[in-house]
Amino acid sequence: MIGIIDYGAGNLFSVENALTHLSIPAEVVHDPKKLASYSGLLLPGVGAYGDAMARLSERGLAEETKRLALAGKPLMGICLGMQLLFEGSEEFGSNAGLALIPGRVVKIQAPGCKIPHMGWNDLAVEHPCALAGEECSGAFVYFVHSFRVDCPDEYVSLSTQYGERIPALVYKDRIFGAQFHPEKSGEIGLSMLARFAALCENKGERA
Amino acid sequence: MLTKRIIPCLDVRDGKVVKGVHFVGVRDVGDPVECAAQYSEEGADEICFLDINATHEGRRTMVDVVRETARCVFVPLTVGGGIGSVEDARDLLRAGADKVSLNSAAVRRPELIREAAQVFGSQCIVSAIDARRSPDGTFHVVISGGRIDTGMDALAWAETCERLGAGEILLTSMDTDGVKNGFECELTAAVCSRVNIPVIASGGGGKLEHFSEVFEKTGADAALAASLFHFRELTVGEVKDHLYACGIPVRR
Repeated sequence: MIGIIDYGAGNLFSVENALTHLSIPAEVVHDPKKLASYSGLLLPGVGAYGDAMARLSERGLAEETKRLALAGKPLMGICLGMQLLFEGSEEFGSNAGLALIPGRVVKIQAPGCKIPHMGWNDLAVEHPCALAGEECSGAFVYFVHSFRVDCPDEYVSLSTQYGERIPALVYKDRIFGAQFHPEKSGEIGLSMLARFAALCENKGERA
Repeated sequence: MLTKRIIPCLDVRDGKVVKGVHFVGVRDVGDPVECAAQYSEEGADEICFLDINATHEGRRTMVDVVRETARCVFVPLTVGGGIGSVEDARDLLRAGADKVSLNSAAVRRPELIREAAQVFGSQCIVSAIDARRSPDGTFHVVISGGRIDTGMDALAWAETCERLGAGEILLTSMDTDGVKNGFECELTAAVCSRVNIPVIASGGGGKLEHFSEVFEKTGADAALAASLFHFRELTVGEVKDHLYACGIPVRR
């Protein structure tokens, strides 16, 4: 069973619907004390960085999520949830994140390109990982974001180009983050969620 | 490379898809969940629902339509029409909408855009602007389904929307909407030149060449059409094949 962390500002049902469609057991969770009981955790989607981090912290979800992820529980952040895995962001002032992966979240610097980076863009494979292999090369996935991660190359599995290189899928141990929305990216996105679920059930290879 | 998006729009009232000409004379034509699933299969890059309900009961029905659609459609879903508060937006986002579009309520109270952007992030706040050419050649913002001319300059309003935190503009020409004689390229190009956020061109798409024209002549990022797709005059796939043949990047 996968726990989808609810911090009150996200688009949880898109993620839940995708897992249901894949016949992967999952439920939305608000209570930090319950997080340890899941085989893996998903941190979705939509919202503003500071607001999301404040909501996560005031409910005690931030601290418990971090503790479990460091202890090896699989964790996957999506879009804003991916950015929250890093040390902090410059969105609407400076905000601290979960600091599970080294790096910071910065505004996209793409001269001549509109912000947000919104729409379907193609992927390049930098380091195959447990969620994404060579089959992702050239595949289109759906992005909606104005900020991007700035992190060491070793954590970047997939990237895309939008005026500059944008990390699209990051990983460290059993922690993953997708800048795009796998739940809104058709079959290729659904396949990455399925691979995350398999890893949670110890059926997938260890990253 | 970022691709140009093709977005079918479903005008929904009382749980049914309807489509009008010039926003009046609506007629009943189908189930929104079925229509959305069909479009997704055909390669739609995004689905747009426009809530044209006038009643509170109708609006609650819309949340259910969004929830049902999100269960079976795995491309982005934008919902607009009658959103008056951050709470209205939250209800739709929690039901499975990826973006909400704000129109009349934001014209009446622009701070709504800023408030919604701060809570949900700019990337899921779309400013829907309905514009009509005025006798002096400028474009005015109209609201309430085109019934009220605000006298506001559409280009200036688009800039204001961006400044307040909108992440995208859905630009509908009231002059071309439903007429199928082509998108309003002059208006679209002008808005694209004034803002640095994505712009969806809407109103007037009637044949393949209209889609390549709007992407070749303007900086539009996406094109939206409703009845054209709904009545199967063209499919999303046909439009994308045409764009691809014209050298315009699309997801196929």
